[in-house]
Amino acid sequence: MTLLQADNLNLSFGGLQVLHDISFSVDDGEIFAIIGPNGAGKTSILNCLGGFYLQDHGTIRLDGQDISSLSPDRRAAMGMARTFQNIALFRGMTVLDNIKLGAHSYLQTGLLAAAFYWGSAHREEMRLRAEIEDKIIDFLEIEHIRKQPVSALAYGLQKRVELARALAMRPRVLLMDEPVAGMNAEETEDMARFILDIQEEWGITIIIIEHDIHMVMDISNRVMVVNFGQEITTGTPESVQSHPEVIKAYLGTKQAVAAGNS
Amino acid sequence: MRIGDFKETYAADEAVFRSTTSRFWLGVLFVLLLIFPFIASDYLLYMANLTGIAIVAAIGLNILTGAAGQISLGHAGFVGIGAYTSAVLTNHLGLPFLICLPLAGLMSAFFGILVGAPSMRMKGLYLCITTLAAQVIFEFIFVHWESVTGGIRGLNVPPPSIFGLKIDGEFGFYWLVLPVIILTATAARNLFRTRVGRAFIAIRDRDISAELMGINLFRYKLYAFASSSFIAGMAGCLWVSHLKTITPEHFPLHESIRYLAMIIVGGLGNILGSIFGAIFMTLIPEVLQTALKFFEQFKPEAMAYLYPLQTVVFGLLIVVFLVFEPHGLAEIWCRIKNYFRLWPFKH
Repeated sequence: MTLLQADNLNLSFGGLQVLHDISFSVDDGEIFAIIGPNGAGKTSILNCLGGFYLQDHGTIRLDGQDISSLSPDRRAAMGMARTFQNIALFRGMTVLDNIKLGAHSYLQTGLLAAAFYWGSAHREEMRLRAEIEDKIIDFLEIEHIRKQPVSALAYGLQKRVELARALAMRPRVLLMDEPVAGMNAEETEDMARFILDIQEEWGITIIIIEHDIHMVMDISNRVMVVNFGQEITTGTPESVQSHPEVIKAYLGTKQAVAAGNS
Repeated sequence: MRIGDFKETYAADEAVFRSTTSRFWLGVLFVLLLIFPFIASDYLLYMANLTGIAIVAAIGLNILTGAAGQISLGHAGFVGIGAYTSAVLTNHLGLPFLICLPLAGLMSAFFGILVGAPSMRMKGLYLCITTLAAQVIFEFIFVHWESVTGGIRGLNVPPPSIFGLKIDGEFGFYWLVLPVIILTATAARNLFRTRVGRAFIAIRDRDISAELMGINLFRYKLYAFASSSFIAGMAGCLWVSHLKTITPEHFPLHESIRYLAMIIVGGLGNILGSIFGAIFMTLIPEVLQTALKFFEQFKPEAMAYLYPLQTVVFGLLIVVFLVFEPHGLAEIWCRIKNYFRLWPFKH
């Protein structure tokens, strides 16, 4: 069953066409990877899905519902969660508060109830804390750092906290922008394991952008390759790897090499 | 010393004062605050009341500027609106203090939302200039809307009454300020234990990712403006009840900047910081003056040079603080607490 569908996404900044008729559909519960060389438009696709960029034309449907023109906060409330390539945690807060912030859109407490606190706001906060502790902190193995300010954490841990924050949003679709960039082999393995567990145990659909081709080919169900804002091919990891256009985009052609040498 | 202090419930872990030790010292502070007016002189009580009003106003500004990151140069204007509202309500309708207090807050909050509305399109320095414009406009209205504000001559108000009881003098007023401080500080602290306060800090730290986390930026910026100016309005009501007179000169731009200085010296985004900052900015000039008076006994002829010097010393103190303690007095307090947490051990 299709959960997320993008049709003919076009995006340009001034005269620069960043996305050119990008169309794809993501099934419920799959891991869908988007790969391509630098500047191919991968992050722009995620930004369109999340609502940070507004495409020039084209439609995005989540579960059959047209979300093309909704604001980012509305899309977040509908279950679109996002992690960032350059960590975008809130540096002034502790790990726990950062994760709690992910739950923002399904909490109810208003301004007055918050100022009064005792009563409904307190009950809601305690429920939230228990849920985060049981499900997320335990799952991602970050018990030891929950009270620390995020700015004091190592890079790999910060990425993990960012994943925790996205999970607290109770997402249906998780958009991950280079989750293992800059990580060592061990941290990469941990992250790959978390991503697979999130798919299997939580049933969350994951769209992932990553340059670590080995990890992408290992964990994703389907892969879309983009270059210069255009889709080259979409298919299983095996079929994508042997696609001549993909090899051309990544390795170049014999002619180009010959031309470079002469 | 607090060792072996384990929590068994999430509620206990999320409490503001988590250990028995800190609750004990809070109790001691409370008792001292209750005893203070009975032993203090009228001058000390007057200073305490002034400080109290500044604390309330500074807590308000710290929500908007310290936590939500929207720099405001119009805070004195909002205090002024609360003060004038309260003065007019008392003079024309004879309303008692306890009704004036929230109404003054609501009026300020209304103008706070108006001033905050441009935050939909502007941020940072541009929004700061909008609040500067608001400050100038408020001052203009205070001076020129003579039929209501009394122009530059201002208004006189009777002493506040509460349950038919006239509160006159510093001793009585102390009992009005103290509960208002406790209530505002508690409410402000509570705000930051829930999603509202977290949203404020998220907007300050990274507004783009805050929006992608599902926070409606515009709504929460307006919340910040509204709650901050509501508290400012209450501070204004306290102000006019204390001085019993009000003129536009009480709420100039440099008063707004003084509030900013309070929260920066005290600690941005920190309720305790607002309290420390307000105390520092109100009491240090007085302390310096007292010190000068003391010196005057020995060398009266040097005073012509020394009197202007106290402003310089005051400014220097602020600069020194910012250089050595950029996170404010609250950070020093934090370090002291951490030291005593494991005392007498080091680790």
